[in-house]
Amino acid sequence: MSAMFAILFYLATLVFVVGLIHRIRTYASTPAPLKIPTTPAPTTQAGVVLRMAREVVFFESLFKANLWTWGAGWLFHASLALVTMRHLRYFTDPVWGWVELIQPFGMYAGITMLLGVMGLWARRIFVERIRYISTPSDHLMLLLFVAIAGSGLLMKFVSHTDVIAVKGFFQGWMHFSVQPLPADALLFLHLAAVALLLLIFPISKLLHAPGIFFSPSRNQTDNPREKRHISNWAQSQEIGK
Amino acid sequence: MSDITAPAYRPFPTIPKLIPGAMESKGPYVANEKINTAIGFPGALVEDWHDKTIAKMGDLLSKYRSLKVYMDACVHCGACSDKCHYFIGTQDPKNMPVARQDLMRSVYRRYFTLPGKLFPKLVGARDLTKEVLDEWYNYYHQCSECRRCSVFCPYGIDTAEVTMAAREILDSIGYGQKYSNEIIGKVHRIGNNLGLPQNALQDTLEGLEEDVKEATGIDVKFPMDVKGAEVLLITPSADFFAEPHIDSLIGYAKVFHATGTSWTLSSMSSEAGNFGMFIGNYDQLRQIAMRIRQAALELGVKRIVVGECGHAWRVAYSFWNTLTGVGDGADANDRFAQMLQKQLDHRYKQPSHICEFTWDMIQDERLSFDKSKNDKHIITFHDSCNVARGSRMGDYAGGQFEIPRNIIKTVANNFYEMTPSTTREQTFCCGGGGGLLTDDLLDVRVKGALPRMEVLKQAVDEHGVNFMATICAICKAQFTKVLPIYGFDRRVVGGVHQLVSNAIILGEHK
Repeated sequence: MSAMFAILFYLATLVFVVGLIHRIRTYASTPAPLKIPTTPAPTTQAGVVLRMAREVVFFESLFKANLWTWGAGWLFHASLALVTMRHLRYFTDPVWGWVELIQPFGMYAGITMLLGVMGLWARRIFVERIRYISTPSDHLMLLLFVAIAGSGLLMKFVSHTDVIAVKGFFQGWMHFSVQPLPADALLFLHLAAVALLLLIFPISKLLHAPGIFFSPSRNQTDNPREKRHISNWAQSQEIGK
Repeated sequence: MSDITAPAYRPFPTIPKLIPGAMESKGPYVANEKINTAIGFPGALVEDWHDKTIAKMGDLLSKYRSLKVYMDACVHCGACSDKCHYFIGTQDPKNMPVARQDLMRSVYRRYFTLPGKLFPKLVGARDLTKEVLDEWYNYYHQCSECRRCSVFCPYGIDTAEVTMAAREILDSIGYGQKYSNEIIGKVHRIGNNLGLPQNALQDTLEGLEEDVKEATGIDVKFPMDVKGAEVLLITPSADFFAEPHIDSLIGYAKVFHATGTSWTLSSMSSEAGNFGMFIGNYDQLRQIAMRIRQAALELGVKRIVVGECGHAWRVAYSFWNTLTGVGDGADANDRFAQMLQKQLDHRYKQPSHICEFTWDMIQDERLSFDKSKNDKHIITFHDSCNVARGSRMGDYAGGQFEIPRNIIKTVANNFYEMTPSTTREQTFCCGGGGGLLTDDLLDVRVKGALPRMEVLKQAVDEHGVNFMATICAICKAQFTKVLPIYGFDRRVVGGVHQLVSNAIILGEHK
């Protein structure tokens, strides 16, 4: 079992990293031939960085759109970020100081993460418009996060697993040596779900994470009159004219 | 047409319930062979439309980062789902921006993504069938490319980009829309969307000179094809003929006259509008814009000023520099753009909006007004979608909202805002933009106007508003048509420069 999980995580990490790099490369190399920022838009590069930061950190546009979706969505994402950072303790030895620092918050973030997911799911089920646009994969994605957060919380607060051994496994995994994992169904579920998440990341709607940074309506500077913006394929039409 | 009625106002602007299939139809008239071939598209639906569609989609995905990212990034959060005026007015769920995008995204997933190839049902992917194609044709002509959805999307997904791509694909397989393609043919052939030939234009302008002389006693000129003029005015051709558009044209002429500005129109390039944007076709967009470059070079003008037209201003402000070099900041070795940019006077923004021109002149105290001439008007301002969300005026973000309002407040006494959630960047489209301003789409136009009409009604009830100023030829034409259907006088809508025209004092220059 331990060897299987080790291999699964190598595979998942490989797919995640290579797949994501490939996607990001595609986005970066696809030209944006026209200036299409949604205005009013920042007129300077620094302004664009700020706009993007507000979007990524606070979900500014979603806030304008719908407070409930914003609340549940932001709670989920902020909690997920905290939880993920907290899990760095399994990969670092000695554990970094700031990871120690967020440990108490990270524990409860698991609960708020689950609350956020449930809120988003409730919207998907009970709001007619959102139910209409939901595909089976939209529901399964939420189920996956419920499985990850739920199994993690159960191990933390109900049926403890041997976290020292788990840490030993990942310390070994990082050096290509297979260490024993505790034989614990909850742990297996937790790890399998996380591996699945990594595997589907580069081929699913989870691409919204890198995607936003490449969204022309958000990342372009509003300066079309001041600076000529032209893509290669468009410029090639001008030769000889 | 007579059976088209306005939907009822909602007592509160609640989110409407879904009525699936409410707007199912064959869509607007399809372009015939003559119209299509005149602008280089296949005459009718090609035999191998399936493969051609997928190939064209692949081509666009490699040329437009917007499309590529927007196809991938949507998480179906629903932020946009209640933001489209066509959804609000029709209650058809396929008019929710996300659902409109999904008409194409479902095909994208099936042919361009691994999960869609393996498990289509799971991820909402579907085969491209004739039914799907017909659905594209119908629902991608119920979008005015107004970008309101993109304001609210957490990833900035702009349905306009998807609609444009869909229409570009449809045109490439001979399944284009009659209205837009016919107009594009006219611009290429004659120089403007209305198909007004040079002599008719000349007659109109002479008639206008007489009218203004009669009304004011002053010789305000409407010059055409004057070489060496300082300003080339590019304005929507509706300004030459349609009501209330023509009153704003008179306003521009009076501003030029009062400030002693030498200006000219161009008979060859007598159109600011650019329907190439509506059909998402870069080549058409560029070819139409090239007429302006050509006119500017031939006439040797120093400035290019654009009249009151929403999508035209988006094209002019955001795209002209890219397409034709009308602007500033081209590379030193960019000979194509430099050729024109060296000629233009860069003390001014190139191009300038007529509102920027007028507001600059007001600030320089080169214009004076008798505000009381507008006292019969109780005014509000409708932000036009393409100006609000696809362009700018002045030196700061949001100038496109302030400058027209500043002008109105300078020339008139009574001004009231409409509900803030429906103005500025959150403004509702008039319902007739994006290539939908045709009688065969009147039903969707009337329904799409509902959110704006509701808010106008409120302003009328609360403040006695009787004039809704706007700076868009399509808004003016659309409202003129739908206002009576909602029980308003058609003359409630008018231009900002119509108000300028009413109040301007022309005395000092003879």
